[in-house]
Amino acid sequence: METAIYIIVVLVGVGAFFGLVLALADKKFAMESNPLIAEVEDILPKGQCGACGFAGCAKYAEAVVEDPEVPPNLCVPGKAAVAEQVARLTGKHAEATEPQYAYLKCRGTKTAAAMAAHYQGVKDCAAAKLVGGGPKGCKYGCLGFGNCVQACPFGAMTLGGDGLPVIDKELCTGCGTCVKTCPQGLIILQGLGAPVQVTCSSHDKGPAAKKLCQNACIGCGLCMRSCTHDAIKIDNFLAVVDTKKCAECMEPTCLAKCPTKAIQGLLSAEKMKQTA
Amino acid sequence: MAEYLTLFIGAVIINNFVLTKFLGLCIFFGISKNLSASVGMGMAVTSVMTMSSILAWIVYFFVLEPLGVTFLTTIVFVVLTASFVQLLELVIKKQAPALYNMWGIYLLLIATNCIVLAVPLLNVESNYSLLKSIVFAIGSGLGFAVAIILMASLREKLVYADVPKPLQGIGIAFILAGMLSLAFLGFSGML
Repeated sequence: METAIYIIVVLVGVGAFFGLVLALADKKFAMESNPLIAEVEDILPKGQCGACGFAGCAKYAEAVVEDPEVPPNLCVPGKAAVAEQVARLTGKHAEATEPQYAYLKCRGTKTAAAMAAHYQGVKDCAAAKLVGGGPKGCKYGCLGFGNCVQACPFGAMTLGGDGLPVIDKELCTGCGTCVKTCPQGLIILQGLGAPVQVTCSSHDKGPAAKKLCQNACIGCGLCMRSCTHDAIKIDNFLAVVDTKKCAECMEPTCLAKCPTKAIQGLLSAEKMKQTA
Repeated sequence: MAEYLTLFIGAVIINNFVLTKFLGLCIFFGISKNLSASVGMGMAVTSVMTMSSILAWIVYFFVLEPLGVTFLTTIVFVVLTASFVQLLELVIKKQAPALYNMWGIYLLLIATNCIVLAVPLLNVESNYSLLKSIVFAIGSGLGFAVAIILMASLREKLVYADVPKPLQGIGIAFILAGMLSLAFLGFSGML
């Protein structure tokens, strides 16, 4: 009988003691959190892409509410609509952001680009690059194992049949996760304005580049000379488009001039007529 | 002094909790995918284990034993470690937010873990003094840290290995843990 009483006393005692201590601690160490943070977090798209520069949507919500220096338009996937709502909730002024989408600067498809080796390792771009810079002849080109496809938090990328990732402009939010993932640094964020982009990243000399990939930019400079807006420069055997200057042009002459079609039109023909 | 050293080294290597006693395996497999996380986990386990050992020792020798209800040890220690971890989480969250950001998620995982319960239980079972309990707890915690850090370093390398498809992921991790455990068995009989 005595033992039974002790059992009850000890168990109730220990339970009550820790219950009390925890209850007190909860009061004493209560964290006052701003309800606004949860509200802002609700608006954010929850892709957890980190394009805002914070570790996830919750962290950005916290920062944008607590810190007056953090602008409300950092959420790239949310675009203007989210920026506006966040600005309204936090009482900040949202500046307009230009929508962007990911663009792959390579057209080294299975048929166009020569292979230097047969790679049988892990199906991973970074791993393939470790082995002598990848199996492709062109050391600048897309390795085609789709690290970017896996990384895309919005499902905007698929691996096409030609061995290159295909980006769905409608789904792409321009968060830039793939840009960081690509070991070759082939993906850029492209604004909607510019009509053309160089779809090659090879710095090889003309003949060498052409030998490795039919679609390579050979650095011939025809586009540079034909450009009416002085928007194209040749840098180390690769044409570089100044998107700001290029965006002013609506009848790109460079497209027809390029012998390897390394410069690609980005706008559909209809759209070009509309804007022109 | 030599006695404490023996106890300590014994707890770290020879009687390694994870690799020879097979305790704390859920966090061992759960957190060992990346090195920095496993270092954090190792530190969190060590500190929680040490502090809950002290608390458990006091409760056992000043409450349970005098009252003659030592058969309640397990259930009382479960309540004790779980509430202690909760308490620790509250305090750290308020007092050291930087530490909380580092440890916070691990603390919750430790709250109901067998390894944190096993050390205080073994302490009182072996009738260790308070100082010995502390040394044993720190040793066991470091033993856990050693095991999980070794495992994480191996698993980070494993990502680039050509593992047969059916074994990929947790399957190969089990095999790896088995081999590590065999290696650690080599230490038995050293002291």
